[in-house]
Amino acid sequence: MRGAGREVTGTERGAGVEERAGAYVDVPAVLVGFARALRAAGVEAGPDRVQAFLGALDVLRPGMRSDVYWSGRLTLCGSRDDLERYDRVFAAYFGGAASGGRGMRAAPPPRLRMTVRDAGPAPRAQVEGERDAVPTAVLASSAEVLRHRDFAGLTDAERGQLRRLLAAFALRGELRRTARLRPARRGVVDPRRTVREVLRRGGEPAPPRMRARAERPRRVVLLVDVSGSMAAYADALLRFAHAAAHAGPYGGRARTEVFTIGTRLTRVTRELTHRDPEAAMAAVAAAVPDWRGGTRLGELLRGFLDRWGQRGMARGAVVVVLSDGWERGDPELLAAQMRRLHRLAHRVIWANPRKARPDYAPLAAGMAAALPSVDSFVEGHSLAALERLAAVVRGAGDA
Amino acid sequence: MGRPSATRTGASRPVAGPPGRRAPGDVRERLEATGYLVDDGLAVACFLALKLRRPIFCEGDAGVGKTSLASALAAALDAPLIRLQCYEGIDASQALYDWDFPRQLLHLRAAEAAGVTDADRLEGELYGRRFLVARPLLRALETQPCVLLVDEIDRADDEFEAFLLELLSEYTVTVPELGTLRAESPPVVVLTSNRTREVHDALKRRCLYHWFDHPGFARELAIVRRRLPGVTARLAEQVTGLVQALRAEDLVKPPGVAETIDWAEALDALGATEVDAELAVATLGSVLKYREDLERARGLDLAALLSVRGA
Repeated sequence: MRGAGREVTGTERGAGVEERAGAYVDVPAVLVGFARALRAAGVEAGPDRVQAFLGALDVLRPGMRSDVYWSGRLTLCGSRDDLERYDRVFAAYFGGAASGGRGMRAAPPPRLRMTVRDAGPAPRAQVEGERDAVPTAVLASSAEVLRHRDFAGLTDAERGQLRRLLAAFALRGELRRTARLRPARRGVVDPRRTVREVLRRGGEPAPPRMRARAERPRRVVLLVDVSGSMAAYADALLRFAHAAAHAGPYGGRARTEVFTIGTRLTRVTRELTHRDPEAAMAAVAAAVPDWRGGTRLGELLRGFLDRWGQRGMARGAVVVVLSDGWERGDPELLAAQMRRLHRLAHRVIWANPRKARPDYAPLAAGMAAALPSVDSFVEGHSLAALERLAAVVRGAGDA
Repeated sequence: MGRPSATRTGASRPVAGPPGRRAPGDVRERLEATGYLVDDGLAVACFLALKLRRPIFCEGDAGVGKTSLASALAAALDAPLIRLQCYEGIDASQALYDWDFPRQLLHLRAAEAAGVTDADRLEGELYGRRFLVARPLLRALETQPCVLLVDEIDRADDEFEAFLLELLSEYTVTVPELGTLRAESPPVVVLTSNRTREVHDALKRRCLYHWFDHPGFARELAIVRRRLPGVTARLAEQVTGLVQALRAEDLVKPPGVAETIDWAEALDALGATEVDAELAVATLGSVLKYREDLERARGLDLAALLSVRGA
């Protein structure tokens, strides 16, 4: 079926690409259009994925709704977050989410595409789901967001300078020994290299080669509070997170995970993979729906632990919470979740921008509840404080 | 997960595929004959995996049957299952091949004793196939047919992922001393991930992505009945109903199908033919593995939950 139009026969009725007034439907075009709508909704369905989709339908029945649904879902999606978007776009594109066996309508030139093109200064609610495809809208909205969230007392030049300085940050987890062995001067005998050496000498004995356990930095998990009370710091802290996610060894990407917490928990690691800080911040601004809301630290922490932390992301990692500890919810829940986090993580560090104030005492209910489960409690209001934070994460300079 | 309900009726219809093609329904029957029950999506996934020779990337909570899919596929295809358990720091010599150093050294000694001086020939001998130890990936390429399970890929490092990506796109391995080894027909590959880390997109793109949900009551009951034919129908129903109710609770670790089976098995081992609240509480340890969860479940009115489902 690939490449050519295809007549949809009557026997495939009840499921297939419905014939529009008995007309000829260009099936691949419809399917590629569907993939495009998916991309607009934020699913990264690249050309090879689309090809796999068409290839899968080639061996299935392209007229069958369930086959189209499943082969698309299997080939075009790449994560659980994609699935919800996929279902939404599938229903919008092919119509009738819950109807049993009804034909999928050859989409009326999909509305989704329209929203993409005409996005302009779209209302925020619409932008959320469709980040990647709407650069203009994203830039506009992020500029808006950034303008309102910046350090109050800084001039433009100072802010620019701060950004450049933040871009140079490296955040390296404390070192730990791995299972892997690397050539070393001391350690245990490395038979492979020893045998090579012996062979190189034509069988003459050679001094044994050694190998030792390699060291690797621990994973770093940053939880950045973007709620209203942190508005003055969130931008700088996210830029710090961006630099931290990039400057680490091994490209840094796999080692540092970043989440935002506010009224919702949002994973922004992927958004921060843009090398350009501005593009990364724009992507984050579009992905995070809850700037300046309240904080439900306990609940969000539980969400983090249930979905990610317990499965292993927090296990043995250095977890940094960047928050002022203002908790709208139940402090007891926060205390319980912090205890849980503390049991999982190698170290829990709390960076609080308000700690620097001379009259600061951890009286906010959330902060007081969290402190018993925190290994290091540091400041987070200035570049110097962030440098110190980086040192603590590295395992140097204990607080 | 709000998927169109049309799918439920769609794929279960018998399909007269072209000769030589195995339709999803056929694959499903063969899997179910081994005792592994699949839903529509998984049937299509397995069909495509066999047909297009693409790996299946399985994600989902622990205990929903990701790993057992591989053994079910192996049983259905009557092919050996080769398993590679990933861990942090795994590298090619542990996954692909290694040289048998003690034997090589021994050979070297023997050659020396026999007075062999031709180093080239000696090296050629040392790096021959007989000293090569095939690890799971190489074994999978050499065994036809077979099912290769790459378990918990999210635990491996990104370097290993890149290496695996290369292997899975070409199904060839180059051993510098030996040359290139190629799989005549690529193995059926199942990758599982517990999502402790985002697996690189390039690897996922090579695969069919399937998310495992917890099964609904009817399917879970069918799985329990199939796996534990000796357990009474009433016990199986009660246990399944209880686990489904527990999953709706706010637990640290919602129980998977594996736990449901464990629980029913435990109760059966105690000689129970049905559950009451007291017995359920006494055996909760086989389903819930966190103290917080146990406390929470003990606080629930299990008797009421039982009467809802058991009536």
